[in-house]
Amino acid sequence: MTSLPKSTDRRLGLLIDLDTCVGCHACVISCKEWNTSNYGAPLSDMDAYGEQPVGTFLNRVHTYEIKEPEAPAQIVHFPKSCLHCQDAPCVTVCPTGASYKRSEDGIVLVNEADCIGCGLCAWACPYGAREMDAEAGVMKKCTLCVDRIYNENIPEEDREPACVRTCPAGARHFGDFDDPNSNVSLMSAARGGIELMKEQGTKPTNRYLPPRPKSDIESQSQIDMPIPFLEPVSGAKGFIGWLDKALEKI
Amino acid sequence: MAHIRQPELKTSPKVSDEIRHTTCYMCACRCGINVHLQDGKVKYIEGNRDHPINKGVLCAKGSAGIMQHYSPARLSAPMKRVGERGAGEFETISWEEAFEIATGWLAPLREKHPEKLAFFTGRDQSQSLTSWWAQSFGTPNYAAHGGFCSVNMAAAGIYTMGGAFWEFGTPDWDRTKLLMIFGVAEDHDSNPIKMGLGKLKERGVKVIGVNPVRTGYNAIADEWVGITPGTDGLFILALIHELLRAGKIDLDYLARYTNAPFLLNGDKNSPEYGLFLRDKDDKPLILDRKTGKPVAFDKPGIKADLAGSYKVKNIVHKPVFDQLANKYLSDEYAPVAVAERCGIEVKTIKRIAAELAHVAFEQEITIDQPWTDWKGQKHDKMVGRPVSFHAMRGISAHSNGFQTCRALHVLQILLGSVEVPGGFRFKPSYPKPAEAHPKPHSGVTPNGPLDGPHLGFVHGPDDLMLNDDGSPARIDKAFTWENPMSSHGLMHMVISNAHAGDPYKIDTLFMYMANMSWNSSMNSTKVMDMLTDKDESGEYVIPRIIYSDAYSSEMVAFADLILPDTTYLERHDCISLLDRPICEADAMADSIRWPVVEPDRDVRAFQTVLLDLGARLNLPGMVEDDGSPKYSDYADYIQNHQRRPGVGPLAGFRGKDGKGKGRGEPNPNQIDAYIKNGGFWIDHIPKEAAYFKPWNNAYQDWAVSRGLYDTPQPYVFQLYVEPMRKFQLAAEGHGERQPPEHLREQIKQSMQPLPTWWAPFEESVVDVEEFPLHALTQRPAAMYHSWGSQNAWLRQIHGTNPLYVSGEVFEEHGFEEGDWAWLTSRHAKIKIPVVRMDALNAKTVWTWNAIGKRSGAWALDENAPEAKKGFLLNHLISELLPPKKDGMRWSNSDPITGQAAWFDLRVKIEKAEPGDQTSKPQTAPQKSPVGKGPKNLTYGEVF
Repeated sequence: MTSLPKSTDRRLGLLIDLDTCVGCHACVISCKEWNTSNYGAPLSDMDAYGEQPVGTFLNRVHTYEIKEPEAPAQIVHFPKSCLHCQDAPCVTVCPTGASYKRSEDGIVLVNEADCIGCGLCAWACPYGAREMDAEAGVMKKCTLCVDRIYNENIPEEDREPACVRTCPAGARHFGDFDDPNSNVSLMSAARGGIELMKEQGTKPTNRYLPPRPKSDIESQSQIDMPIPFLEPVSGAKGFIGWLDKALEKI
Repeated sequence: MAHIRQPELKTSPKVSDEIRHTTCYMCACRCGINVHLQDGKVKYIEGNRDHPINKGVLCAKGSAGIMQHYSPARLSAPMKRVGERGAGEFETISWEEAFEIATGWLAPLREKHPEKLAFFTGRDQSQSLTSWWAQSFGTPNYAAHGGFCSVNMAAAGIYTMGGAFWEFGTPDWDRTKLLMIFGVAEDHDSNPIKMGLGKLKERGVKVIGVNPVRTGYNAIADEWVGITPGTDGLFILALIHELLRAGKIDLDYLARYTNAPFLLNGDKNSPEYGLFLRDKDDKPLILDRKTGKPVAFDKPGIKADLAGSYKVKNIVHKPVFDQLANKYLSDEYAPVAVAERCGIEVKTIKRIAAELAHVAFEQEITIDQPWTDWKGQKHDKMVGRPVSFHAMRGISAHSNGFQTCRALHVLQILLGSVEVPGGFRFKPSYPKPAEAHPKPHSGVTPNGPLDGPHLGFVHGPDDLMLNDDGSPARIDKAFTWENPMSSHGLMHMVISNAHAGDPYKIDTLFMYMANMSWNSSMNSTKVMDMLTDKDESGEYVIPRIIYSDAYSSEMVAFADLILPDTTYLERHDCISLLDRPICEADAMADSIRWPVVEPDRDVRAFQTVLLDLGARLNLPGMVEDDGSPKYSDYADYIQNHQRRPGVGPLAGFRGKDGKGKGRGEPNPNQIDAYIKNGGFWIDHIPKEAAYFKPWNNAYQDWAVSRGLYDTPQPYVFQLYVEPMRKFQLAAEGHGERQPPEHLREQIKQSMQPLPTWWAPFEESVVDVEEFPLHALTQRPAAMYHSWGSQNAWLRQIHGTNPLYVSGEVFEEHGFEEGDWAWLTSRHAKIKIPVVRMDALNAKTVWTWNAIGKRSGAWALDENAPEAKKGFLLNHLISELLPPKKDGMRWSNSDPITGQAAWFDLRVKIEKAEPGDQTSKPQTAPQKSPVGKGPKNLTYGEVF
């Protein structure tokens, strides 16, 4: 069992906009690419060219179909990585202290030197956000690119997680949820940022912005754009008469 | 409780030794990338923030470039075939031997029959070089992949408005207030659309997605219109009907900037029926509303009339607009008449028309920017109709694709939303009217160059590429009566025609980056048979095949000689304005690739090999007077070749001082200058030139100064495409050059000068009761155009491709999760895994394209899921329509451009017997010339 810090100075995390995410997997691969060469053991790919390729990823995009009565089915792309919970059960369950939450920024990390690969943390995580690396035998998880966000060897504007920097649609945002004026706090407040599986009591830091209501649900389209159907041009001479008059006005 | 002593963490680790800026090649988007190197190895690839295309972002493919670069499937040396074609048995040879073989085959051809070389390249980004090489060789048989990709889109755009979507133009992302996308999967282009959609989302702009399949971009669209495949044209014409009926069109725009006022000959018996009335200088005439007199369309100070008529020599002439209004106001295009066919409710069509009109005319936007038009009239502001559109292969890959794309452009133009703030904007070197492009050429002289560029734009029957006896001059039958406006050639017909000896036999098929035995061909199984087929004497029917690829693809197995290419990080390239530009609407730009790492194998950049081969063949332009090679390699060519005096492959840093923009002498340090500048060059368009480009003096002058044109090229949009009418006139019996009888009716029907719609051809040749479903493919965002799926990371995202089946069909057939099905077309039958998807047009099934691989290819395990569970829909699609008992081979293409009609496909589905879960057909494994990839990867361990 490992204890959590009583409080953290900041609460860094991701705000993911499900209304904008097109499910392109850019974040998935950029994450893999950065992290396989940086923090801890590489993210291995077992049977990489074989029958059952299985690799370690710290971030994956899931696709769900939503069916509601009387509306066309919808597709929602749902990127998922560690949510850096305030009450992270993956930390408290860790028998060696390898899993820990940083007091300065709330990032949850695995100290691989102390990880015995028991897998308890992955069982404890209600989000399935941790993956055991089959080659290294240690638990891997999102580090929020802790080796990027403070890294003085890269330009300041690039000191954000790789997934955020690369996202083509701009669906991923990074910031301090403790600061009410941060970009992530403001956006989350404005658009009703969702705490994933709140009932689990883990107090996740990351938030998701829900998809906006679609206007192809007929009743909503009227709210969205209350305009009437087009009427034919009026007048006795119909279109030709209209054309003549309209041309005069040019 | 374990103690919470936090470990010491190094938060500023070294990232890399060096960053090199180059251009991605994981798809056709051509983003700028920062390649981080450590100890000489590629450690990390990220987007280049300064680059005009991607502004720092990068997609999954781009980030997976490391895996592509270090792929075990990379070829390592030249090879010659030693086994039977298709088996994959090769012997490694030296480059010298490879060149000897190639010149031994090609030199005699050039001597006597240059046309017996067919040189076709795939998703080649060096088409200005490859086409020039083929021209120098003297064969008429050259094209790239446009014919099987999206020529309908490109040609319809250029004929209509001097530019098309994607590389030619873009929605005005910062200003548009409504975006409508048609047939757009998560490609073409990739990152700019995602970035653009992100911007629209930020501003709360509505996006309407028209696509039978709701994935990716369509998934985040505010409204999804799950249209029936192949009916987009009808839907668009219904929108036009609604807008016209309500007078919601921009008459001022039409009068000024289009051929709506052009007078048409109305005498049914005249050989000029339907052609423009012209003055003695051959300029089309319009009526001046002030005087009622006909005047040249470009005369300053006139007020063009869109109504009225003018009689000359007893022939009544009326404006194009009159014909247009009559046609589309007809009940045939009323929403109620098309709704069922399109699978869209009447009220939805009406509502979308109303929304388009509302945004275009009630939410007009204005920029306080004076500008002067081509007639010298000064305007104190730029007024825009902020409705924008984008479309792609979903509407173009049908046998009615050209007319559908035209219909969409006509819709844009009627709304006055092209080249205006908030609408659709061209990217330099566009706008460029069809007349400013070359015409096609096929004049062969043994031992000499072709008489001009292969591909271009025809303006009437005289421009067709026919021999004196009327037979096709080109192996792919491009620019013939079968498909007169085939501006990109018909790559998908080359192997089939060469095998059939129709229109003639060839000797050598030379291809680059084109997986024609597999996912880039219709009818893959049959194509493999054609490539291996032997004649009575035991010789291959297609005698010789030379192929260049960087990887052990399916096509490699069928080649006799392999010229191994480098990866994109190991070679020079230019993303040239002479080819497919990467410009933005506000700037012209081009870029380079350069060897950020050196090859560690005996491979050479294909472009360098081509120049070397050209010199060995003594091709004009590739040798000095003394016969020595003119260019040492592709980099030398990029810097020193001049297409016209002062204009070369790269537009930036020209001249001895490196300050030339667009024009200037070659600069010996040009590539270095690009490298220092981040791998690209950009030059912004002046603000007064930013919009109304086809008619904006400031833009025209700027374009001339930058070498995009040699003289200003103002023009008007062609709602009515007169060259099409010329083909119809020929079919009606006018003129010297006459179509063959069996094509007369097709020409009359298809070459209508105003956009029209017909049912996809497949529907007329199959029993739609028997084959009730439409079958489509889409490229996934994470795999689109990545040249292979041996990529260890991406194959974990898309390693198999199920057939997605609508809920209705799923239930009707009693499918359950994990089931397999037989999918049958008129042509073939395949066995595939099925998955239910409800966000799908109810009569449609679809799958991801090009995920299925042949066993043994790409250095994958022979039992890789790509081979055993993945599949190609291609097997079901024939490149030919069924015989019509006239002895002719009717191609399964658009009758105007010859674009492969991939998406016309009709199928039926039935549940497969339980048990075997392997996709069918299973092509016998090919032997891998590069072995198999390593078992496990721990990339990054060394850093």
